[in-house]
Amino acid sequence: MHILVCGGTGCQSSQSDAILSNLRDEIEAKGLSDKVQVILTGCFGFCEKGPIVKIIPDNTFYTQVKPEDAQIIVEEHIIKGRKVDRLLYRNPETKDAVGDSKHMGFFKKQLRIVLRNCGFIDPENIDEYIARDGYMALGKVISEMTPQQVIQEIKDSGQRGRGGAGFPTGLKWEIASKNKSDEKYVVCNADEGDPGAFMDRSVLEGDPHSVLEAMAICGYAIGASQGLIYIRAEYPLAIHRLKIAIDQAREYGLLGNNIFGSDFSFDIKLRYGAGAFVCGEETALIHSMEGLRGEPTIKPPFPAESGFKGKPTNVNNVETLAAIPIIILKGANWYNKIGTEKSKGTKVFALAGKINNVGLIEVPMGTTLREIIFEIGGGIRDGKKFKAVQTGGPSGGCLMEKHLDTPIDFDNLVAAGSMMGSGGMIVMDEDNCMVSVAKFFLEFTVEESCGKCAPCRIGNKRLYELLNQITEGKGSMEDLDRLRNMSVVIKDSALCGLGQTSPNPVLSTLDNFMDEYVAHVKDKKCPAGKCKNLMEYYIIPENCVGCTACARVCPVNAIAGERKEVHQINHDVCIKCGACKDKCKFDAIIIR
Amino acid sequence: MSNIKIEIRQEDVSKIKEICASYNRDPQELINILHACQEHFGYLPAEVQEVISAETGIPVAKIYGVVTFYSFFSMTPKGKHPISICMGTACYVRGAERVLEEFKKELKLQVGQTTPDGKFSLSSLRCVGACGLAPVVLIGDKTYGRVAPDDVKKILKEYE
Ligand SMILES: Cc1cc2nc3c(=O)[nH]c(=O)nc-3n(C[C@H](O)[C@H](O)[C@H](O)COP(=O)(O)O)c2cc1C
Ligand code: SF4
Ligand code: SF4
Ligand code: SF4
Ligand code: FES
Ligand code: FES
Repeated sequence: MHILVCGGTGCQSSQSDAILSNLRDEIEAKGLSDKVQVILTGCFGFCEKGPIVKIIPDNTFYTQVKPEDAQIIVEEHIIKGRKVDRLLYRNPETKDAVGDSKHMGFFKKQLRIVLRNCGFIDPENIDEYIARDGYMALGKVISEMTPQQVIQEIKDSGQRGRGGAGFPTGLKWEIASKNKSDEKYVVCNADEGDPGAFMDRSVLEGDPHSVLEAMAICGYAIGASQGLIYIRAEYPLAIHRLKIAIDQAREYGLLGNNIFGSDFSFDIKLRYGAGAFVCGEETALIHSMEGLRGEPTIKPPFPAESGFKGKPTNVNNVETLAAIPIIILKGANWYNKIGTEKSKGTKVFALAGKINNVGLIEVPMGTTLREIIFEIGGGIRDGKKFKAVQTGGPSGGCLMEKHLDTPIDFDNLVAAGSMMGSGGMIVMDEDNCMVSVAKFFLEFTVEESCGKCAPCRIGNKRLYELLNQITEGKGSMEDLDRLRNMSVVIKDSALCGLGQTSPNPVLSTLDNFMDEYVAHVKDKKCPAGKCKNLMEYYIIPENCVGCTACARVCPVNAIAGERKEVHQINHDVCIKCGACKDKCKFDAIIIR
Repeated sequence: MSNIKIEIRQEDVSKIKEICASYNRDPQELINILHACQEHFGYLPAEVQEVISAETGIPVAKIYGVVTFYSFFSMTPKGKHPISICMGTACYVRGAERVLEEFKKELKLQVGQTTPDGKFSLSSLRCVGACGLAPVVLIGDKTYGRVAPDDVKKILKEYE
C-alpha cells in the first residue's frame, strides 16, 4: 500500500510537509513501516482542494487534509480499511463522496502523457522514475537507433513545440543536427513567464528526470554534449528537485561520460533567470545565459545556427521535452494518433480564475473549451455566468461563449483570435471587466518590454494610456479606432515576439467585447462594476433598515442617516472603497 | 534612491571574492554570481557590484546594466518582513488588486517601498505557481492563500 502526499507548490504552501511527517510518524508508531510507504509526490493537478493525499491501490482521493488528520487516516483507512468520509472529494452537484478518483469529473476527460508520472512517483528518487520505464528511451536510442532515426521518429510523431509558437520539434532537431560545429548545446526553456501558468513548474517539480532524459536524447540526436536548463529563480522547489535529479542521474551514469558504455557523453547545468519575461524568448534567453542583459536579437540567425556562445543551439520548452521519452518508447505511430490533424498529442493547461476546479490538466488536442471549463473544471464558481476565457497569456486573447465548442489546437486558437501560448487558461465571469483585463495585460507588457525597439516601448505605453483613459470614463469612440490601428502597427513592426503579440489582448477584446468598450465610452458605465471612476455606490431605500453599520465603517464619513432611518451616500465625498457594501447585511447597497 | 552608500566590511569583500571564485570569475556566470551575492547580502548595493567588477573584469557600468534589467535584483534593502502580493493573472481575476490596495493603506506604503522602521517592504510579483490558492500573498517564506481584503489587518498582526 502507498500513501501519496502532494509536494507541489500549492499543497506545500498549505502544510503538506507537516502532513507527510505526521503520516510517517503514525505509520512507524503502528509498526506498519514495511507494509505501507508514505511518498512525497509532485502536483496531482487538483490544487484548488489541496493539500491532497492519495492512497493506492484503491485510488482514494483525500482533499483539504490537515496535519492532524494523519492519525485518523492511518487508524481508520490503513488499519481498519474504512475510508475517512469527511475527507473524501465530493461531487459539487450531488454532494456525494467520491470513493475512487477515477470517477472524478476532473480526471475523466484527461489523458496524461506529459504528466504521466506527476503525482505517482517521488521526484527526489531516481529509482521510482526508473521503475516506471525511466531512462529506457535513452538506452534505446543509444543502443538501437542512429541520430537520424531519432530525428525521423520525432518528425513522424508530428510533435510541435509547447513553448508557444508550435514549431515542429523534429524539424528543429534536424536543422540543429545538420549545422556542423565542434560544440553544440541543448537548452531547456524553463522560464515560464506567462503570469498565471504553472505547467512547466509542475513537471519539473513532479517529474524532473523526464526532462533530463529528453535533453540527453536530443543531445544524442543533434550531436551535443552539453545541456543547459534556464530556470526562473522564482521556482526554488523546482530548482531544488532538478539539482537532486541531476546528481542522481550522474551517480547512475545516466549523465556524464560514456553513457551506457557508449561513446556518447552528455551533462547538464542550470542557469537562473532573474525576473524578466522577455528572457523566455529564445534569443534573449541565450543572451541572459551569457551573463548579459536579456534583450532579443533579430532572427535569423536562429539559435540552431548561432546560439549559445555562437554555437548551434537547440531550444525546447519543458513540456515539449517531457513527452519525448514516451514518444521514443511507444513510437511515433502511437503519438500521432492522438490529437487533431495538425496538432498531435496532448496539451497541459493551467486552469485558473473563476472556476471551481483550479488546477493542472492534460487533455488530447482537439478537446473543446466547453469540455475543459465545464466538465473538467467543474464550471464557474459561485453559480456565476461564464464570460470569457483567456488563453496564451499576455500574447493571447480573450475568447467568449461562441468559441466554447471550438476544438482546441494551435491553428484553431489562432483562427479564433487567440493562441495556444504556453498553456495558461484563465476563466472569467460576469464580474470581470474586459477593458480592465486588456489593461492588466498591457500594464504587464509595458513593465516587461525590454525597450530595445520603439513600437513596443512607446506603442504599448500609448495603448496602456488609452485603455486607462477608457476605464476612467475619459475615452471616446475615436479612441477605440486608435486602439485598433495602433495595435496593428505594433504587431507589424516590433522586433521580437513580445511586441509582435502584445496587442492581442486588446484586439481580441475589441473583437469579442466591443459592447463593453462602448458602454465605457458612450454611457460612461462599466457593466461589470469594476472601474472605480464609472461606478457609484447607492443605498436602496426600500432595503435599508437604518442599522448604521455602513456609516460606521465608511473611512471618509460619506454616509449620513439617523438610526432606524434610511441612510444616504454623499457621492462627492465617497472614495468608492466598497467597505459599506461588504458590511451591509441587508443587501441595501449596490453598485450602479 | 538607488545609490545608498554603505560601508562594506572586509569580511564582506572576502565573501564576494569567494563567490566569484566559485564561478571561476567567469563573466558568463555574472547572473549566477549576482544571485549568490543577493542571497548573502539581501540586495546588491553599488559597493558589492564594484567588488564583482574587480573580480571578474566586467566593467561596473555593465554590471549595473544587468542588475537594473532584471527585476529579481534589487539595489535597495528589503524590509525585515518582505511582503509580496501576487499580481499574476489568476490572482488578478480573483481580486488581488483590492488586497494590494489594503496593504498599501494599512502600511502607508507604495509598491517598492520599505517602512521607515525597516520592518515591512511591499512588492508585487507575477505568479508564484500556487494559483489554486489565489489571491496569494507571500511574507518572507510564508504563503498566504485565498486572501481577502478583510484578512490584511489580521495577517499584519502576526508580525507585531
Ligand atoms: C516574449 C516571449 C516569451 C516567451 N516565453 C517563453 C517561456 O516562458 N517558455 C518557453 O518555453 N518558451 C517561451 N517563448 C518561446 C521561445 O522563444 C521558444 O520558441 C521556445 O522555447 C521553443 O521551444 P519549443 O519549440 O519546444 O516550443 C517565449 C517567446 C516570446 C516571444
Ligand atoms: S518587441 Fe519589445 S521586448 Fe521585443 S525587442 Fe522590441 S522592445 Fe524588446
Ligand atoms: S448597513 Fe445597509 S441596512 Fe444598515 S444602514 Fe447601511 S445601508 Fe442601511
Ligand atoms: S464606498 Fe467607501 S467611501 Fe463610499 S460610502 Fe461606502 S464606505 Fe464610504
Ligand atoms: S500542488 Fe498539490 S495538487 Fe497541485
Ligand atoms: S497568478 Fe498568483 S499564484 Fe499564479
